[in-house]
Amino acid sequence: MQTHLADFIKDTAAGREADGILRSCVHCGFCTATCPTFQLLGDELDGPRGRIYLIKQMLEGQAVSEKTQLHLDRCLSCRSCETTCPSGVRYHRLLEIGREVLEERVPRSLAARATRFLLTEALPRPWIFKPAVALGQLFRPLLPRVLADKVPVPAGGNEQPWPRASTHVRKMIALAGCVQPTLTPNTNAATARVLDRLGITLSEVPGAACCGALRYHLHAQEKARDDMRQVIDAWWPLVESGQVEAFVMTASGCGEHVRVYGEVLADDPAYAAKAARIADLTRDVSEVLAGERERLNELLASSSQAGGERVAFHSPCTLQHAQKIRGVVEALLATAGYQLVPVADPHLCCGSAGTYSISQPVLAGQLRDGKLAALTAGSPSVLVTANIGCQTHLQSGSSLPVRHWIELIDERLNGVD
Amino acid sequence: MSSATGLPDQRFTVDRAVLISRLRAVLPAHALLADEEEMRPYDCDGLTAYRHLPLLVALPEDEAQTQAVLRICHALHAPVVARGAATGLSGGATPHPDGVVVSLAKLKKIVKLDPLARTAVVQPGVRNLAVSEAAAPYGLYYAPDPSSQIACTIGGNVAENAGGVHCLKYGLTVHNVLRVRGLTIEGDVVEFGSAALDAAGYDLLALINGSEGLLAMISEITVRLTPKPELAQVVIASFADVRKAGDAVASIIGAGIIPAGLEMMDKKAIHAVEPYVNAGYDMNAEAILLCESDGTPEEVAEEIGRMTAVIEKSGASMIRVSQNEAERLKFWAGRKAAFPAVGRMTPDYLCMDGTIPRKHLAEMLEAIGHLSEKYGLRCANVFHAGDGNLHPLIMYDANQPGELERAAAFGADILELSVRFGGTITGEHGVGLEKVMLMAEQFSTAEIAAFHRLKAAFDEAGLLNPGKGIPTLARCREYTQARAGNAAGAPGQA
Repeated sequence: MQTHLADFIKDTAAGREADGILRSCVHCGFCTATCPTFQLLGDELDGPRGRIYLIKQMLEGQAVSEKTQLHLDRCLSCRSCETTCPSGVRYHRLLEIGREVLEERVPRSLAARATRFLLTEALPRPWIFKPAVALGQLFRPLLPRVLADKVPVPAGGNEQPWPRASTHVRKMIALAGCVQPTLTPNTNAATARVLDRLGITLSEVPGAACCGALRYHLHAQEKARDDMRQVIDAWWPLVESGQVEAFVMTASGCGEHVRVYGEVLADDPAYAAKAARIADLTRDVSEVLAGERERLNELLASSSQAGGERVAFHSPCTLQHAQKIRGVVEALLATAGYQLVPVADPHLCCGSAGTYSISQPVLAGQLRDGKLAALTAGSPSVLVTANIGCQTHLQSGSSLPVRHWIELIDERLNGVD
Repeated sequence: MSSATGLPDQRFTVDRAVLISRLRAVLPAHALLADEEEMRPYDCDGLTAYRHLPLLVALPEDEAQTQAVLRICHALHAPVVARGAATGLSGGATPHPDGVVVSLAKLKKIVKLDPLARTAVVQPGVRNLAVSEAAAPYGLYYAPDPSSQIACTIGGNVAENAGGVHCLKYGLTVHNVLRVRGLTIEGDVVEFGSAALDAAGYDLLALINGSEGLLAMISEITVRLTPKPELAQVVIASFADVRKAGDAVASIIGAGIIPAGLEMMDKKAIHAVEPYVNAGYDMNAEAILLCESDGTPEEVAEEIGRMTAVIEKSGASMIRVSQNEAERLKFWAGRKAAFPAVGRMTPDYLCMDGTIPRKHLAEMLEAIGHLSEKYGLRCANVFHAGDGNLHPLIMYDANQPGELERAAAFGADILELSVRFGGTITGEHGVGLEKVMLMAEQFSTAEIAAFHRLKAAFDEAGLLNPGKGIPTLARCREYTQARAGNAAGAPGQA
């Protein structure tokens, strides 16, 4: 595509990167077909190709208003378009660059800024988030509908204890996460039990809580980098002493972000190398299990727990589009004897998308209902996913339980002795 | 070729303020775009070389709103350009600077699917692939499969009479559509064809297919659904010599085989696609052929045997047959992603769409090679070889002054050569804005004048997609004179 970037940006690193991305787009429009918002709204401006054009205009120095802001805000950053794009357009990077410029150009209302401030300050801090959710859940019946809908629902199974005295030679570290310990505490516990049976000791490191993704996507870049440095500081001694084999991500949203630590902190001389090393050691829990397939199969073969339950799996965008991990969880569940029901349009986002369900409640609700209809079409008895955001968002509209898939593997292995 | 800016000859004087206020009265607030900021992303379709800011963009949500928009545009003498998914490669949906772009993307309901009659009634904004997905539970699919089928709409397919890699056996859009409901520029409903196989009078259904938005706006389509073959397998053959690959195509057809698809890609196209799709293409080949057979397992086994025998005899250096459905789809995935994948090698490309008699394939490829050197521009070749439909992808960089003009001249040379080989300037992408002047290469002045009369029978004021499809007679004269002047030095004379 022809480009003429404006003076304010063309000679900057971001400008050069944006120019390269813009020029890789040939405007074929394939991306619109798999874009969740284009499918809902049918306006070029609400699809990737139109958004690329909106960003291009802004970077070429054209006037920009809250109209561009509206359409860029509506983007879920699900990156379904990148999976579809045959030209290899790195859309999410262009969007990040575009959104950053736009934040300077088009001011937001006081209310919008206040909401954003609350999200960036409260969600990443379990000591604020946990009591807030408890209060919200307690008073939900008294809250007006708009507010009541915003109180996250707990999801997943009841918290079972972590394995006691797991002292294997192989050690991995799980990220505790920010909202996950409050909303789905069984996820990491189940992961620890499964890995324990596979001969791996899993633990969490105090001090490593929020991975930084949340604030990174709320345009609080510096605060996000602080979160990231905090995680790195907590983990680095274990990397240096060679005690840890991998960092295990049980929320694909966090996994996606930790995997780009190296890129995001590339210009921070004190952290760049550490960040890149930690990104290298990061694995989604599905990858860890897939790597232990032999031992897992032996365990499953000796399990007395029957399988056969009908399961619908929702692959989070951060798993299938950003980390490009496809078919791995499905294969693990099938190996464990679960019956996977077919799900239409598996590439579509559920509408959770970080804080999207809060900032764009109408679209998020439509996407959630569409996703739930697709997930339940095959009459499953349980829905599973791989990311805390998707899990609680789907649960908020579902009468069926929505769980992390690792809990199902854990339950199958409970029959092993 | 039209002028480098692609600006239409005919301009219209439209009272924009009145048009806006009247359209606002019939459309929801979000369904009318009037600011440059919002309209700019609508300034082109898949042919990015030509871009015009439209006067307005309307996004009607149902047929009644579409009708109302047309009535108002007609009353105010404003041009109307219909737009589907804007994946077209000939500029059929390029806006007119004085006109309204009417996007039909919101009209995306599958109105009815009748598995017994094997038909589906769909709105124009339904994606091609969505029809097949909806029909899949009944063992049916919609046969025409343009490479952009993931995104392109049925309305656009009808307007362009789109083809696809399987149209050699299953026909173009026109052969798979039973009925089209359209709206005239006056906003009146007009029906073309019916559920019956034939109807009294002229076959106007064939006329609306490929009419490129010049005659009516398409508002509903009844498509024919085809039973999915029990089995399909594809042969993938490598050739060390492009000429041998071209000859193999002629031999396959000559042997009386009608493959479900017969495609060819040259080395540049293979190298663009393979790193992205990992389709398993032979990176050492100068050209590859994809030759598909479908039917019952017995038919397929027999036909694949005949195909491989012919291909072997034609001097293929390697032959593989897909062993399962996943592998077959993988082999096709590369071909389907070929155009945008070329986008990885170049910032911009022009995709040509000429057809030639199959026997000239090899000759044509060589001529394109010479032209590529002459113009100093790379060219990757992807062909619907079975029906002689060429898709040379001319690579250029729009940021470099003069490159677009050179690419356009290169393309015009290829199409003129196609006509001289006894072919046509377009196989399936339509004439649009891109090839409007080349119509004069293909048709006589009297024929062009007849086209204008046909257009006037539907749209007397010439408001539907003006400047596309048919050149003005004045432009034809200019073109013929210019060509006469250049004829002596024309490249690749057949």
